[in-house]
Amino acid sequence: MSFFNFAWQWLIAVGHWSGPEGIPSRLLEHVEYTALAMVISAAVALPAGVAIGHTGRGGFAVVSLANIWRSLPTLGLLILAFVLTSGASWAWVVPLVVLAVPPILVTAYEGVLGVDPDLKDSATGMGMTPLQVLFKVEIPVALPLILLGLRTATIQVVSTATIAAYISLGGLGRYIIDGLATNNYGEVAGGAALVVLLALVVQFAFSGLARLVVPAGLRNQARQS
Amino acid sequence: MSWASQNASLLAHLTGQNAYLALLPVLFGLVISLPLGIVCVRFGWLYPPVLGLTSVLYALPALALFVALIAYTGLTDTTVIIPLTVYAVSVIFPSVVDGLRSVPEPVRQAAVAMGFGTWRRLATVELPIAAPVVIAGLRIASVSSISLVSVGQLIGIGGLGYLFIDGEQRSFTTEIVWGIVLIVVLALVTDLVLVLARRLLTPWQRGAAPTRATARRAVLSGQPGRGGVPAA
Repeated sequence: MSFFNFAWQWLIAVGHWSGPEGIPSRLLEHVEYTALAMVISAAVALPAGVAIGHTGRGGFAVVSLANIWRSLPTLGLLILAFVLTSGASWAWVVPLVVLAVPPILVTAYEGVLGVDPDLKDSATGMGMTPLQVLFKVEIPVALPLILLGLRTATIQVVSTATIAAYISLGGLGRYIIDGLATNNYGEVAGGAALVVLLALVVQFAFSGLARLVVPAGLRNQARQS
Repeated sequence: MSWASQNASLLAHLTGQNAYLALLPVLFGLVISLPLGIVCVRFGWLYPPVLGLTSVLYALPALALFVALIAYTGLTDTTVIIPLTVYAVSVIFPSVVDGLRSVPEPVRQAAVAMGFGTWRRLATVELPIAAPVVIAGLRIASVSSISLVSVGQLIGIGGLGYLFIDGEQRSFTTEIVWGIVLIVVLALVTDLVLVLARRLLTPWQRGAAPTRATARRAVLSGQPGRGGVPAA
């Protein structure tokens, strides 16, 4: 039997759709973890990235750190946080935020830094105050890149939250980890299929979001990037 | 340190396994991306759909792909190598296309005027000029691949990831930290080797500062303008 058969058989079983260990509650947990980690990460990284891009200071440090950060193993960070906090129920938040901050920070920085200086000059010439230039010109122009960073971070967090089931977090990863532990491949396959679907939904939701919030004049560039 | 020196042979073995499981997919990724990229530059209309497909594949969580493949390839190295190859292609392929597109038109025309045929032009002019951009993609692919291998330990095939699971079961922080450190060191060494390879392959570039575009690509990840580290 193929993976798809296993996954399908498991997904259509009625008992898997209700209760605290049912698919709707696990899915909701997964989305909650992702949302919490993303809100914290964005609250830290967006203002910092915009500030660094706006002033141009500290950019080199950000870029260098981002390269080292890519090599950090997510599973190792999760387990380290778990063991160091003696299994605290919030241990998973730390590595998730650590992983989500760099892509948001770097893209916000790059986006704001890359705004055409002529645009800023014309905005100033039209009588905008520095804050107006920032919020009405620099951030909207940087928006395609900022969204790209948010999408990258969200996908990273969705994946890592799956692995976090190993340190007894809920969410969709539970099915994969529990199924592996009990040799129940149907459960593993069903969980994997759900995680893949969630990742795809996030990917396409961000494409839709970009269409909604990116200013009309920038859409062509957004498509190119 | 004493734990590490007592277990030096285990650490060396795991590091070697980690390097093999991570870098073989990068090699496969390059072998697949080169012809794919050449075809997509030649037939430009192919590029957007192929790029769309690779960026969707890139978003798939590694753990989900590993366990999905168990049904076909069992608990073998192949189960880890195939998904990592997919990620490598999604990083390297766009950099091959970008690299080939960065060849200045006058250079191409000069090669044509000198009587170079399509293949000779590709091998002796276009690919060497594209090399720095392709290597930038290889660097990102290999660094991410090295750190992703450890996730495979959840199905029992994970190189240095073994230290994470074993360390967790024994609540032994030293072992976990060694795992993280060795992965980062392996990634940095691989990155250094690729930088040296670029210098050897493109001697005419020595001393030239990287262009803004390549610097930015290196920051944003291997997918030019798409961004992203491989999903764990």
